[in-house]
Amino acid sequence: MIEMKGISKTYRVRRREAGLGNALKSLVSRDYTDIPALRDMSFTVPDGQILGYIGPNGAGKSTTIKILSGILRPDRGECTVDGLVPWEDRKRHVARLGVVFGQRSQLWWDVPVMESFDLLRDIYRVPAAEFRENLDRLTVLLDLGDLLKTPARMLSLGQRMRCEIAAALLHGPKVLFLDEPTIGLDAVSKLKVREFILEQNRLCGTTVLLTTHDMQDIDALCSRVLLIGKGQLLLDGDTARIRAMAGESLSTEEPVADLYRRFGI
Amino acid sequence: MRKYWSFFKMRLMAGLQYRAAAMAGMSTQFVWGAMEILLYRAFWLEHPERFPMGMEALSSYIWLQQAFLSLFAMWNWENDILESVKTGAVSYELLRPTDIYSMWMARSIANRLARAALRMVPVILLSSLLPAPWGLRLRISPAAFGVFLLSMVLMVLVVCAYSLFVYSLTFYLTDPNGIMVLSVAAADLLGGAIVPLPFLPEGFRKFAELTPFASMQNVPLRIFSGDIPLPEAPAVMGLQAFWIVVLLSAGYLLTRNGLRRAVILGG
Repeated sequence: MIEMKGISKTYRVRRREAGLGNALKSLVSRDYTDIPALRDMSFTVPDGQILGYIGPNGAGKSTTIKILSGILRPDRGECTVDGLVPWEDRKRHVARLGVVFGQRSQLWWDVPVMESFDLLRDIYRVPAAEFRENLDRLTVLLDLGDLLKTPARMLSLGQRMRCEIAAALLHGPKVLFLDEPTIGLDAVSKLKVREFILEQNRLCGTTVLLTTHDMQDIDALCSRVLLIGKGQLLLDGDTARIRAMAGESLSTEEPVADLYRRFGI
Repeated sequence: MRKYWSFFKMRLMAGLQYRAAAMAGMSTQFVWGAMEILLYRAFWLEHPERFPMGMEALSSYIWLQQAFLSLFAMWNWENDILESVKTGAVSYELLRPTDIYSMWMARSIANRLARAALRMVPVILLSSLLPAPWGLRLRISPAAFGVFLLSMVLMVLVVCAYSLFVYSLTFYLTDPNGIMVLSVAAADLLGGAIVPLPFLPEGFRKFAELTPFASMQNVPLRIFSGDIPLPEAPAVMGLQAFWIVVLLSAGYLLTRNGLRRAVILGG
């Protein structure tokens, strides 16, 4: 169970006008601007739900994920994930958490994928039998096979993403954060990843929080969608309702863009 | 502990696969060592009595220095760590249930060991075949060898603790290049990389010997070559231990504070 109550976060950004004069001035006094990234954000995610989290760039999606993962401390508000405050009980919290950032890799670049997996086993102290079981299951479901013997740098994006997702699930986390997991993938890989997420949720009851810009991801996976813009929660409802509000279109981005326009974000 | 051992193993394995780099490094080190010895030979033939070290001890010093270069060369930074601190990606390391500083230490030690492991054997073998006093002299008592090994371990810890200290400073600087260049220069001069410390003027040498840089290659190389006699070894090794503690704790505090700042500011 994920609970966020009245979470606010403001970033301080250093600003100055262009030009040499202003550069010199900034040596002496620096101007800061406060940028609110999240304003009074509250929501609850029950166990076993697949939740879509959408909003334009800069809306506060990553900030939310970072707060929930314990790598960012909010200015105000309360937050617990399965009873733990993420940034206060970081080590215990992250041990029960799996995270995949579509744009970053957690695999070691130059060594075979299996070596990264073994390292993760030791980091999370996964008992040998449990590790074997998880690995076997993930290997079948994600069709890893020979990929495990291949260095990460030689994998295609789709192959790597499957390995990344497996890496995030080796320790059997109860909660999984997926940040744009299908970004840049081809059609076949997208389908495979989606199919797997559903399967993982069904078999293990994993709670999934998914950020994406892809309406088909949401259609295929999520039972509920949160829409945020400018740091605020604008809409919280089941997927069908959100779908009805968004225009019909064959493209994957158009319906989402439509929603953003409607809310003026 | 096991997870840091795994980080260590991982970095070691990753480091062991760069064969071409090892070959290139090995030949460079062999040529470099030979050139250095030729240079000192010219001085030695002129005034052997004014040499602060014996020629044989000096040759051993130089050959060991070349064999173990990767262990203590200050420029052997762990770029992944520097990059991650510079870009803020280090906050993603917080997604693992690990202590970042211990992980860095494990990785730094492994990085240096892996590089040295691939290069040291040929250099030691070939240089020990050279005629005296130009070769590596392997005659060393078991007691001295034990002390040498211990000082090697301490040396690697000092070097890695210093590197980690620099990485932790990166949290507070826009660009760490300045402090890195300065560190490399200081380690070269004060650590006995360019010339062994006995060749430096008396007053300056005494100052240099107190710096953390002199607790690096200077200690084991001089113990092995017999330039630091065994009775004096405990004092120098005590200083090594002192610097390990000071540098590790300073870096640890800086990192903890730096991470807290990153967590507050947003990585």
